[in-house]
Amino acid sequence: MTSLLVIIVLVLLAVALWQLTKIFDLTQVGSSSDDSQVASDNDNNIQGYIMFGFLAFIYIFTIYGLLKWGNLALHTPASEHGILVDSLMNITWVLIFTVQVITQGLLYWFSFKNRGHKDRKALFFADSNKLEAIWSIIPSVVLACLILYGLYAWNNIMFVDKDEDVVEIELYAQQFKWTARYAGNDNVLGKANVRLIEGINTLGVDMSDPNSQDDIVVTELHIPKGKKVHFKMRSQDVLHSAYMPHFRAQMNCVPGMVTEFAFVPTYTTAEYRELPFMIEKVANINKLRAEKSVELVAKGGTALDPYTFDYLLLCNKICGASHYNMQMKVVVDTPEDYKKWLSEKTTLAQDIKAAAAAEKPAEGVEGAAVDTAAKVKDTVKAVIDTVKAAVAKVAMK
Amino acid sequence: MSAEAHGHDHGHDHEHEHHHKDTFITKYIFSIDHKMIAKQYLITGIVMGVIGIAMSLLFRMQLAWPEESFKIFNVLLGDKFAPDGVMANDIYLALVTIHGTIMVFFVLTAGLSGTFSNLLIPLQIGARDMASGFMNMISYWLFFISAVVMLSSLFVEAGPASAGWTIYPPLSALPQAIPGSGAGMTLWLVSMAIFIASSLMGSLNYIVTVINLRTKGMSMTRLPLTIWTFFVTAIIGVISFPVLLSAALLLIFDRSFGTSFFLSDIYIAGEVLHYQGGSPVLFEHLFWFLGHPEVYIVILPAMGLVSEIMATNSRKPIFGYRAMIMSVLAIAFLSTIVWGHHMFISGMNPFLGSVFTFTTLLIAIPSAVKAFNWITTLWKGNLQFNPAMLFSIGMVSTFITGGLTGIILGDSTLDINVHDTYFVIAHFHLVMGISALYGMFAGIYHWFPKMYGRMLNKNLGYIHFWVTAVCAYGVFFPMHFIGLAGLPRRYYTNTNFPLFDDLQNVNVLITTFALVGGAFQLVFLYNFFSSIFYGKKAVQNPWKSTTLEWTTPVEHIHGNWPGEIPHVYRWPYDYSNPNHDVDFVPQNVPMKEGEEVLHH
Repeated sequence: MTSLLVIIVLVLLAVALWQLTKIFDLTQVGSSSDDSQVASDNDNNIQGYIMFGFLAFIYIFTIYGLLKWGNLALHTPASEHGILVDSLMNITWVLIFTVQVITQGLLYWFSFKNRGHKDRKALFFADSNKLEAIWSIIPSVVLACLILYGLYAWNNIMFVDKDEDVVEIELYAQQFKWTARYAGNDNVLGKANVRLIEGINTLGVDMSDPNSQDDIVVTELHIPKGKKVHFKMRSQDVLHSAYMPHFRAQMNCVPGMVTEFAFVPTYTTAEYRELPFMIEKVANINKLRAEKSVELVAKGGTALDPYTFDYLLLCNKICGASHYNMQMKVVVDTPEDYKKWLSEKTTLAQDIKAAAAAEKPAEGVEGAAVDTAAKVKDTVKAVIDTVKAAVAKVAMK
Repeated sequence: MSAEAHGHDHGHDHEHEHHHKDTFITKYIFSIDHKMIAKQYLITGIVMGVIGIAMSLLFRMQLAWPEESFKIFNVLLGDKFAPDGVMANDIYLALVTIHGTIMVFFVLTAGLSGTFSNLLIPLQIGARDMASGFMNMISYWLFFISAVVMLSSLFVEAGPASAGWTIYPPLSALPQAIPGSGAGMTLWLVSMAIFIASSLMGSLNYIVTVINLRTKGMSMTRLPLTIWTFFVTAIIGVISFPVLLSAALLLIFDRSFGTSFFLSDIYIAGEVLHYQGGSPVLFEHLFWFLGHPEVYIVILPAMGLVSEIMATNSRKPIFGYRAMIMSVLAIAFLSTIVWGHHMFISGMNPFLGSVFTFTTLLIAIPSAVKAFNWITTLWKGNLQFNPAMLFSIGMVSTFITGGLTGIILGDSTLDINVHDTYFVIAHFHLVMGISALYGMFAGIYHWFPKMYGRMLNKNLGYIHFWVTAVCAYGVFFPMHFIGLAGLPRRYYTNTNFPLFDDLQNVNVLITTFALVGGAFQLVFLYNFFSSIFYGKKAVQNPWKSTTLEWTTPVEHIHGNWPGEIPHVYRWPYDYSNPNHDVDFVPQNVPMKEGEEVLHH
């Protein structure tokens, strides 16, 4: 509603401005010639000054933005290669800001300086090979450096050394959740295909593959600090993208193929929470959440929980209606904690066995009774729902 | 050709109307006159632009005030998609998708290129009409039909296509995956197929016309830069649009006939589908083989318009005419070998990522040449700040601001972490969205007198530009920061991530700027439509320009020139030529005896 009001106000404002220009036009009636809509010297002067003002606006807005929003950007990378990425990023930023300040400055300064006047004559300056050579060669050299640095980093990040000691983890994407599969003691993931999905084996792991026997399936991702983690990604339905911004890591999950990404985490979750910038950020977020909570409670809602930082895995490729809520918590443990956490997990093979055992008695008479009871319950629930809907309809009328 | 028959006309419009029995239908609807077709493209483009921008305002409101109730949502989206005025997440994705599609294809490709290529190619090269007026007419009407089909998809039961404007399968292929991939996506694909046919006919026409119908003396190196960019744009279009058509057709096959070009190993809604052996990555390759050149199809004509307008209003030759042509050619060539930079993290071989990083960053070189040449054109000029000139300067400004962040996105290493975040949105909206829109506005303000014989109100133009300029930066500058914070695009709301709670204020600011900027486009619309009927009558050459279109009579006639077509004796940028007293020498003025050519 407020926005509607805002829009109405804006429309009225526009109308008012238009009326103003009308008045402005009327004051010039006497001089109304055919070129009255062509910029006059007076226009050139005014617009020239506004050009200069706009340059100031760009500079001030940039500085304001950097001060006010600069700390929103991702900070300390939590992975080894992240440092390389961020240093390349910083170099690029220096370059970008330098070029931006100079070119925008020249553009608007020339606009201001050379604002038209009827006594002026422009300089006939059609070309200069020297100048053009300068601004072809300088960008070429600078870009060559950037490209070389970029390619060096890219090759370091993307090509995983096969002989290296790595932790193999499969990230499995589906609408709209993540699952992780650990390779177990043999550190080799068993084969898998969506055609093998059955019951509790929701990842379609091939249980006839010996490598699958010790695989562990979990819904919270734990990774050890200081060890290279090699993710293999799969998707069962549509494209997803496994995005872990704090680790500067992202890779699409593509149905029908396995994609990969590897990195070494360098801060445990506990350590990352204690970084000064993170303490400040979380405090700020909690302040905002507290303010929001007051608002919500006043409206009769429930207050928001205070926030503690956790690494996240987000889906970053549009994947359907609930794309905006496809996430998984990522925990970086010390290697000891990680080992302990993993040893407490049951393997998929055990899970399947347990599920089968649980199902067996259900096949007997007892199971049938349970089934019937459940069915009756469902029916009653459906009836209640229908009545509720009908009542609601009547009430609406 | 019908145009020849009108050669005897003398520009007296009344006489003209008596001579030719133009019915309402042949003059205004199924016209084969390029000037009328240009206007048809423009009006259709403006209507689509209004719809596309309005959509963006709706989803910007959702982003700033997530899941809040707005009456206007309910009014515009209906009970199904906005019950109680709260936008549903299905329709959010649909709005995002259709906004992108409309703006990229219907406004900035057809609306921009279609309008100005049609208007200016025959007029500036000295031709009576396009090589094939009839094909030109078909081209427009196919475009019109495709627009109607696209808009009709908004009204299908399950909602319009909502897999993003890039329509990556499997999401776009499976109605089980998202409701919009049912009838909505079918209409989307049909609309695009028709659109591509339209675009190809237009492009072929432009190419043939530029090659064959130039007037005497109009060598390729005397063509205005507008024509060069339209010509090169048409060539890129002819090379790349068919690839998108093939991708669309294969996708239709996968959707309807059970083939597996793009699909494999899919388990959805509790069952395994039969698809086997296809790859979504293949679709991405095909899509971006058009998709990337497409951004140059959008921006090159804007660059051409801006070059022309800047030279005219600086009263100076464009600096480095030949370098400008070379850079257009270089950009066009490079644009066809960089598509992979949209796919660094798609799962393709990282080695390809290296190659595409290299080719992508090369584009910065011709782009830098263009930017510096524009800036140098302003140096020691005598700048006439007509609204068209303001938009041209604005275009250079946003092109630089948006283009520079391309150095980050084009670098595979840096792309990993900003890919598909709001950083990308900020980048491409500035470098191709806003820049191309500015180019289009500049073109409209500059050639409105040529199209309608009347002038746009300059003061409304000034207001329009300055508010738009401030709002464009107000929207897209802060957006870089929320992208750098790691906020993914195409999220219906960010409230599920407390991590992003501190970005909410920025989102409110962005939306506020967007609403103000959007509202002020009404100033333009008012100016445009009222000036068609009530604007000040234009003189023949209001901007004192050198190019041939300003030698035609103000009132439109078939065949453009009464009597003979003018001959061309000089290049298009003889502004403030020291050999002459006036500060512009039109192309059809013969060289004085002993006059030297002062440029390369």
